[in-house]
Amino acid sequence: MLRRIASYLKGYERYAIGSPLLVMVETACELTIPLLMAQIIDHGIYEEDMTAIWKYGGLMVLVALVATVMGGLAARCAAYAAQGLGANLRRAEFEKISAFSFADIDRFSSSSLITRMTNDVTNIQNVCIMCLRVLIRAASMLVASVTLTLLISPKLALVVCVILPVMAIGLGLLMKLCMPLFEKMQKALDHLNETVQENLIAVRVVKSYVREDHEREKFKEANDGFTTAGLRAVLRVVAMQPVMMICMAAATVLVLYNGGNMVLGGELDIAYLQTVIGYIMQILMSVMFVGMALLQYTRAQASTHRVFEVIDAQSAITDGDAEKLPAPRGRVEFRDVSFRYQTEGAGEDVLRHIDLDIAPGEFVAIVGGTGTGKSSLVNLIPRFYDTSSGQVLVDGLDVRDYPLDGLRSRIGMVLQNNVLFSGTIRENLLWGREDASEEELVQAAKDAQAYDFIMSFPDGFDTYLEQGGVNVSGGQKQRLCIARAMVRRPAVLILDDSTSAVDSATEGHIRESFRENLKDTTVIIIAQRISSVQYADKIVVLDEGTVADIGSHDELMANSEIYREIYDSQQEGGGKDE
Amino acid sequence: MSENKRPGGPHGGPHGGPRGGYGKPKDLWGTALRTVRYIASRPALLIAALACVVVEAVLGVRATYMQKPIIDSIALALSQGQTDLPELLVSCAELALVYLLAAACIYIEANLMAQLAQKGCNKLRKELFDKLQQLPLSYFDAHTHGELMSRFTNDADNVQMALQQSVIQLLSSVVTFAGVVIMMVVLSPALFLASLVMLAAVMAVFAIFGKRSRKYYTRQQAAMGAVNGNIQEMIEGLKVVKAFNHEEQAKGQFQALNEDYRSAASDAGFYSSAIMPIASNLTNVGYAVTAVLGAILAMSSGVNAGFTLGSLVIYLQYNRQVTQPVNQISMQMTSLLSALAGAERIFQVMDAPPETDDGKVTLVPVDKDENGTLSQYSGQGRPRTWAWKVPRTCAITLVPVSVGPDETLLELGQADEENGMLKLLPPGQDSKTGLWVRIGTDGALAPLTAAEMASHGWAWKYPGPDGTMGLHLIRGAVRNVPGEEFCYTELRGAVRLNQVDFSYVEGKPVLKEVTVYANPGQKIAFVGSTGAGKTTVTNLINRFYEIQGGVITCDGIDVRDIQKDSLRLSQGAVLQDTHLFTGTVMDNIRYGRLDATDEECIQAARTANADGFIRRLPEGYQTMLTGDGANLSQGQRQLLAIARAAVKDPPIMVLDEATSSIDTRTEQHIQQGMDALMEGRTVFVIAHRLSTVRNADCIVVIEGGRIMEKGSHAQLIAEQGRYYQLYTGQFELD
Repeated sequence: MLRRIASYLKGYERYAIGSPLLVMVETACELTIPLLMAQIIDHGIYEEDMTAIWKYGGLMVLVALVATVMGGLAARCAAYAAQGLGANLRRAEFEKISAFSFADIDRFSSSSLITRMTNDVTNIQNVCIMCLRVLIRAASMLVASVTLTLLISPKLALVVCVILPVMAIGLGLLMKLCMPLFEKMQKALDHLNETVQENLIAVRVVKSYVREDHEREKFKEANDGFTTAGLRAVLRVVAMQPVMMICMAAATVLVLYNGGNMVLGGELDIAYLQTVIGYIMQILMSVMFVGMALLQYTRAQASTHRVFEVIDAQSAITDGDAEKLPAPRGRVEFRDVSFRYQTEGAGEDVLRHIDLDIAPGEFVAIVGGTGTGKSSLVNLIPRFYDTSSGQVLVDGLDVRDYPLDGLRSRIGMVLQNNVLFSGTIRENLLWGREDASEEELVQAAKDAQAYDFIMSFPDGFDTYLEQGGVNVSGGQKQRLCIARAMVRRPAVLILDDSTSAVDSATEGHIRESFRENLKDTTVIIIAQRISSVQYADKIVVLDEGTVADIGSHDELMANSEIYREIYDSQQEGGGKDE
Repeated sequence: MSENKRPGGPHGGPHGGPRGGYGKPKDLWGTALRTVRYIASRPALLIAALACVVVEAVLGVRATYMQKPIIDSIALALSQGQTDLPELLVSCAELALVYLLAAACIYIEANLMAQLAQKGCNKLRKELFDKLQQLPLSYFDAHTHGELMSRFTNDADNVQMALQQSVIQLLSSVVTFAGVVIMMVVLSPALFLASLVMLAAVMAVFAIFGKRSRKYYTRQQAAMGAVNGNIQEMIEGLKVVKAFNHEEQAKGQFQALNEDYRSAASDAGFYSSAIMPIASNLTNVGYAVTAVLGAILAMSSGVNAGFTLGSLVIYLQYNRQVTQPVNQISMQMTSLLSALAGAERIFQVMDAPPETDDGKVTLVPVDKDENGTLSQYSGQGRPRTWAWKVPRTCAITLVPVSVGPDETLLELGQADEENGMLKLLPPGQDSKTGLWVRIGTDGALAPLTAAEMASHGWAWKYPGPDGTMGLHLIRGAVRNVPGEEFCYTELRGAVRLNQVDFSYVEGKPVLKEVTVYANPGQKIAFVGSTGAGKTTVTNLINRFYEIQGGVITCDGIDVRDIQKDSLRLSQGAVLQDTHLFTGTVMDNIRYGRLDATDEECIQAARTANADGFIRRLPEGYQTMLTGDGANLSQGQRQLLAIARAAVKDPPIMVLDEATSSIDTRTEQHIQQGMDALMEGRTVFVIAHRLSTVRNADCIVVIEGGRIMEKGSHAQLIAEQGRYYQLYTGQFELD
């Protein structure tokens, strides 16, 4: 895993290698200082040698200055390496996600993808810094201090042997005992947040049912649950604190006592007594740091896993390799198409044995109840999903043989969930085709019945749309999305229930302009209202994933029971009121 | 759109700025005092904790100092050739004892502060949530969910962490710093001068790097906001990106922002993480300098007298320790300040004005006998009849009236004849002769005709918005017993909007002079295009918002005189956006009325046409719903919302039947549920199908906040106005 992460340090390797090296030099310098101090006491004070004091003192200052520079540089390297790693990971994820098929997007869900690109990467960055600085530093401190202590006095090093296991066990226990409690606390916190969020979203329901007290009660429970769980976790950590402190204190006292006796016994130079105490402190601290770093590493493992899950995902849909593409005419054929969303093998076929032929320039409507596969059907045309069996052909060529952009550039799609991007209206319309002229934009806006309201904004086409297009109404948003698709001048224009928020009169005008200005364009429209579809050349009635009926409005009224049912349900006087 | 959806907020940890970012409260001391109050609920414990902190810090300084005599005695013994030192054991034992005491203090203080902080924040969150329940809807319109959520998550969390840790650390650091400095001066004032130079250098590092770090951190945050915003937007719009082959442009745009962020974050990371190594190594430089000076000092004074070896060793230890508290203080101050800024934001929510609710009229269950007499509710279970309970001290008074043709009301009173003149008696006082008179608008009295006497009833009398007295007819039974503190009128569900003006934002009127009368059991339908103000009307009846002009009455009582909870209990609503709660299906239906039995809930589900699909769910009525009922289809959620309203069983019902995204066959299913729900109630329905509208008692066509047309289906068709156009021109309204 670490090696895998390290491979994303590309471009920042010198920082990643530099940082630990600098940290080691810094550590070495730091550890030299107590040794030099001992020399000052030994050769300077006891032998009353002024030059020795100046010599070693000067050396000490020099060493400390070197350490300062090294420390600063190491921090710089670590920061650059970690941020570089994060940027590389985000980039790799973004590129991968850009290549995702719709099935992949559905599988991961947007919110999870966002977390994987933000929080998870941040966690990995933090661990990277931890490793580069704290872990390396602690580890080299540990090794060097143990070595030096052994060199100075193997007997005093024994103290470490006694204290160290106690501390290690203590730390291990802490992790083991606290982890489940922290997990519980996290769960309680999630519950608390969920309660608040639910309350905020449903504030109108709460108020109209006068359930404020009930909600308060619910919150109080969640709040108390969180406090109880939090207290249990925190108090356990608090209980471990003095244990750690006593370990450190015991080490100091033991070295002082044993060391003192050794000095008196002539086994140890008095100058080294403090040096050893210093080293032993370093050893114990280092153990604690290593423990903490490991703890953070395990926590970040989940993040690492989630990030690589994205990067390693194999997108099912890749470019086809047809050399020569047919001229865009707008013919769409379905040949015995069946389709299911691949969710762990389970799930039923959404579409079954669909055969459909749409001629260039035809105006085709698709109707049917929710869940009958209307959207799935049109999503197969730009190859957002691959069929499970059968073939979809555009202009006579199987969609799987097209390079993706070659296929999609001849299709204009207005999705059910319309999205506009932050930027001006013009920028959004230019998504359709980047080299569209101003006249084309205006024409598309007029055709989509969007021109008037665009011009009613003070900035016209330069009006800035906020993220998600929140500053325009639902109907306006839909019309802008239609205009965007029309700018594309596609051979096939698909509208997936994208006029639901547009009023009937305006919708009629849009339909009119389709007829006038898009004579050669194949238009496929999914709609709920009979009024939206009844003038189509061909109406396809879907029922439970199959084509139930097909024909013009009059034909269907005569022959299709389902179509008549839909028609009746929308008629004034239909339903049970009559 | 909401903050809580934007992940990757400021992170503490080894990199990046402090928790909660760099923020400062506007009113530092006011906020601090108010925050402290939450942990000072048990002052004795707080004082004990703080005392422990002080003791522990002093003990820490003392423990270091105690090593001096030990080292000195060893050195002395060594110089005298002793090989044995019995006092060593005692001194070491003493030192161990001090350490133990300090450890005990640490345990006590951390334990106490954890409890105080957790409990204090529990209270803080509770008060915040309670307050949130009292805020008017307009507050929720003006503040996003994400914003309010982050009061609970980030802000409350920061306050808790700060109270739990920063307070202790800060106090401990201050005491330690003071103690160490004092000991250094005591050990050697001369050496302390050298240390002072070092301290100044270290502080300069803190100041310079801290300032840089803050500067870059702000840049980093801005860059992070940009890159995270881009990630969110692109991923949520990914399908569109792909539909338009926009992947390459998206990658390019992202990479530019990603690179910006990396460069800003690298610098911010450098300056914040370089502080510690540089400061501690500078301390080492200081250590070296002091070591040389100290050695010279020790040498000149002799190792065993004056500035001893022990003194030198201890001084050097202090010299190392002294920078730590300085760093701690600057770190903890930052996180304390940002926590207080969070606390201030919480207090701002708490201090927001709550929904005005000064109505005195309440809704109570009553018994009604066959003569229509109301009496105190004595039965068991769910009462059948409810009444408005109006205190006599209220601004509204109950007066007898005669109901003329077209429901014109004339106030009645009892009078006595005095000197041939009629003299009106105060209400409650009976006429000796039993004479009733009607009171003209000009105050003139006239005896009642027999016809007027026969058609007498009761009305509420109170001043309208323009100050003139108005009479509002009461349709249900009335209990008006002189001497009783309250009078009661039956809840019937008559709703009147009279010349109502309303705007969400001042200066942008949404409704203008809207007048609609709904008698008990009548069905009023609102028709009009999106944004015409249909939903707004329904939001005024239950007083979600305050109107700016006109008056709305319920059973003749101005809704502003009715206690809000009572008003809302008399009404039910099925809203456009269905919201369900985490819990079982049964729990969700019971949300309508908490004391409803299982049978009642199931019956309501049957009424709503929801029973069928509920029984097909994996665990029927006990199926758990999560995430706003994400595991149900929109149609099913709407049916549950109808069942929920049905179990509440109110006399007034608001139905916003928005079904644009539901296919027409499912819609019919819902329609049946809606129809059942309308039976025998006063209903306000926002209609999307003209078939629902046709049998309404009154159809109100709203355009641009004004009533264009009003009348029954037949009337409006005959008028050939807007409704006629809608009806004949198209099958459906948007």
